[in-house]
Amino acid sequence: MKGIRRVGPPLLLLAPSIILMAVFVYGLIAANFATSITDNHTAAQATGQKPSVVVWFDNYVELLKTDDFQHSLWNLILFTVVFLAGAMIMGFIWAWILERPSKGEGIFRSIYLFPMAVSFVASGVVWRWLLNSNVDDKASGLNRLFQIVGLDWLQNPWWNHITFGIAAIAIPAIWQLSGYVMALFLAGFRGIPDELREAARMDGATEWQLYRHVLFPQLAPIALSALVIIGHMSLKSFDLIMSISTAANYQTKVPAIDMFLLKNSWDYANSAAVGTVLLVIVAVIIIPYLWWTNRKEDSR
Amino acid sequence: MSTTALITTEGAVPAPAPVGNGRAGRVTWRTIRYALAIIGVIVVLIPVYVLLITSFKAPGDASPTRAWALPENWTLDNWKGAWSALWPSMLRSFEIVIPSAIISSVLGSLNGFVLSRWSFRGANIVFACILFGMFIPYQAVMIPLSQLVTNMHIPNGVPSLILLHVVFGIPITTLIMRNYYVTVPHELVEAARVDGAGMLRTYWSVILPISIPSFVVVLIWQFTNAWNDFLFAVFFSSSANGPVTLALNNLANGSVLQDYGVSMAGALLASFPPLLVYIILGKYFVGGLMSGSVKG
Amino acid sequence: MKKNRILTIGAGAAVLALGLAGCGGDSGSGGGTGTEGGDASEVEVFTWWAAGSEKAGLDALVSVFGEQHPDTEFVNGAVAGGAGSAAKDLLQSRLQQGDPPDTFQAHAGAEIQDYIDAAQVEDVSDLYDEFGLNDAFPADLVDRLTVDGAIYSVPANIHRANVVWGNTKVIEEAGVDPNATYETIDDWIADLEKIDASGATALSVGQAWTQVNLLETVLLAELGAEGYEGLWSGDTDWASADVTAALEDFETLIGFTNDDRDGLDWPDATQLVIDGDAAYNVMGDWAEAAFAEAGAEAPADYVYFPVPGTDGVFDFLADSFTLPVGAPHPGGAKAWLETVSSAEGQAAFNKAKGSIPARTDADTSDFGAYQQTAIESFGQDTIVSSLAHGAAVPVAVLNDITDATSKFTSGASDLAGFQDALVAANAK
Repeated sequence: MKGIRRVGPPLLLLAPSIILMAVFVYGLIAANFATSITDNHTAAQATGQKPSVVVWFDNYVELLKTDDFQHSLWNLILFTVVFLAGAMIMGFIWAWILERPSKGEGIFRSIYLFPMAVSFVASGVVWRWLLNSNVDDKASGLNRLFQIVGLDWLQNPWWNHITFGIAAIAIPAIWQLSGYVMALFLAGFRGIPDELREAARMDGATEWQLYRHVLFPQLAPIALSALVIIGHMSLKSFDLIMSISTAANYQTKVPAIDMFLLKNSWDYANSAAVGTVLLVIVAVIIIPYLWWTNRKEDSR
Repeated sequence: MSTTALITTEGAVPAPAPVGNGRAGRVTWRTIRYALAIIGVIVVLIPVYVLLITSFKAPGDASPTRAWALPENWTLDNWKGAWSALWPSMLRSFEIVIPSAIISSVLGSLNGFVLSRWSFRGANIVFACILFGMFIPYQAVMIPLSQLVTNMHIPNGVPSLILLHVVFGIPITTLIMRNYYVTVPHELVEAARVDGAGMLRTYWSVILPISIPSFVVVLIWQFTNAWNDFLFAVFFSSSANGPVTLALNNLANGSVLQDYGVSMAGALLASFPPLLVYIILGKYFVGGLMSGSVKG
Repeated sequence: MKKNRILTIGAGAAVLALGLAGCGGDSGSGGGTGTEGGDASEVEVFTWWAAGSEKAGLDALVSVFGEQHPDTEFVNGAVAGGAGSAAKDLLQSRLQQGDPPDTFQAHAGAEIQDYIDAAQVEDVSDLYDEFGLNDAFPADLVDRLTVDGAIYSVPANIHRANVVWGNTKVIEEAGVDPNATYETIDDWIADLEKIDASGATALSVGQAWTQVNLLETVLLAELGAEGYEGLWSGDTDWASADVTAALEDFETLIGFTNDDRDGLDWPDATQLVIDGDAAYNVMGDWAEAAFAEAGAEAPADYVYFPVPGTDGVFDFLADSFTLPVGAPHPGGAKAWLETVSSAEGQAAFNKAKGSIPARTDADTSDFGAYQQTAIESFGQDTIVSSLAHGAAVPVAVLNDITDATSKFTSGASDLAGFQDALVAANAK
């Protein structure tokens, strides 16, 4: 009796969310996977006019063998690394700048947070200009700005580069989300009791030692949180690339774009397979993280 | 963390004087900070500068080659054009965003409360399962999702977008609220329980009143996310019944002959509501985060 | 108490929002009264003509529609973005979900094949009989639109894809005669080299699909009309030496183009010519509208001619309308198709849009100079199907070709790899 009284009400309150998740997340993941193991590659099959058979993992094998998809995966990794590093570093620096109370802090903070308010569609409008790859005479965008301020040597083709072009797309992403990282770190900094800092200083620690041994460890969980949230955003990137570079460009292909194009070509099975691959990549990182935070909390 | 810390916003305690570094050291650090802050502001505002000045330029003037020059003639036409093109969809965006932000925040709050206070076997598993929903790439489920929404007979446009933003907002709101409630002192909840309050009563009279800071965080986050969403908008609505992101995309990329001035004015216009939210509520955002909402 | 108010406001807002949404228009999914021939109360027309000359054309069509069918309400379902990519995406979703518009725009030809395979469009050959279209449209065109004895679309216009546009001044300044005629692509390449040597951009091009547009004209020039058509029917081998020669020409041409091509859509690339930043641009004749808008005059400011080596061949594409299976208002759809295929409708539409009517009997006396030459050409040239615009191959094959082209022009594959990719794409 007591067991049900204990478990009943919580489960009831949670029920709507559990049901919604079961259907909209797990049910759909299963449905997607089911599509990915068939040979549903044409319009006729997609609408049931022609039958499709289960081919198990053939689609995946084919996909992973093609060097176009490998190129997409490479782009994804590169993009994620640059994006994460850039956002974490910038966000941390800004939080570090602002963590000491100072005049005008509110203004600075609002300015740094502002890009978060902008949608990728909106920022794509201007970043497309800024990242224009023309140099020297025909330069516009950032290349032109570099010329104006005398930093000519900084000019480069941005996203038009075959191997590293995708890193240029990370720049607008960093611009937009460093503010969020900053907010996280700022909260983290503020959350460290001053007594800790006092104590460290009393013990004769220098600024650097203070940071290294007191502040950074306190900030580690926040950094991890930020990494996870930003990281998974980068895996989903689609709007940004679409608005700056368009879907067809080889330089900036990522799996999310491949999914979109395959679906356009009525190749639902391969589109679903790419989706599942993305999901697996996400899962590989997130599941250990979730398990680790669970363990950490249980041991509290 | 005591509840008093929850309402703190800006740091009110002055930093203690550093020992052993001397005045010179302090001034240097301060100068460095200020210099970096200014550089940061410049870097962040470069795109905004281009957006702004282009939005005031006449069609011939507003071209990539003249990106950095000030307008030859300042004109408001672009803003007028952008407004008339975007205001119906902005209205719809509000219709989508406000209900979905509120509903998903409330659901997240309930979930967070239950998962942080009521430990039952498997609570952690349930939490992890809910949380995982936030990480899935939406493209991975887009095809079966559109089938599902149709089968549920939910009309395209505002209704289906509200549903989707609520459903897919539950994980992140649950995360933020749960992490927040974990910091609520046991005594508060115990006191209510001793008084004979059941779960709902405890939530209503004890938890809800002190949830404001984290509610602000989730509301801001959900508002921005839903407002800026494009993927769901493309699949589940059209220019006639969709949000402002879709209309902006039409404005910016739809023309046969590009009108950059209007596009940029439109981009700024579409960003105003979330921007206002961040300016007005920004400090609560940080404060809310600070009160333990998003610790690892 | 405060929390009460918050919750009440929240609930109220939610109810209000859902209520408003419910009252708002939905996408035509209400069933009307089943009159003979289907509900004709309204027609939701799904296109990607949301701006510019395309919108002007649509508007002209709508006013003719209002005269011819005053009882049927026109509902504009236009979705903008990227030459229809956003629209096609949404359309695919809606058709899959069984929520079709009353009629939708599609490029006539192989692009419709997927819809046919998916049983999503109706056979409209009886409409052709009813409206007398078999006589009004050129026989060649009707042939191309016929799939296994059935016709699935009604063309509203004809565009030509193999046109070169040039800026008179830029060409002259490089020491080339803007009115020169070229027999083959190689002749033209010789002059392009001169322009390139003078420091100007000899040829402008934009992102992937415009490059495919260029590619198809080069293939056409090198292989001739029959060889080109053979590429799609399987008679011409993609791995043959002729194709290699064409690809080499393509490579040379791309070498003359602007570096930032992958970031430009076709208007930007054409604008380079209009502004005098490039000498030539290969684009379909919708580019004419861009020149007109800029107030340019031929031949003083700009020149146009068929892509060298393709004179006498009309590389066609046609915007057409379909009748989806399960359209909510079939009567309205048929009314729309009637207007679209009528002489008045086509005259009004094409005059505004800059293309030419599919009908041979529309009144085109007040059409512009370019359009008059196009009408003449269409009447006497050999007609072939455009690759880049959905007439020659289905979407999946076109996407593969586009990918291969982008990979090649961005430098990630060499000529042999490009040719192999093209072979693979067409082997589907």
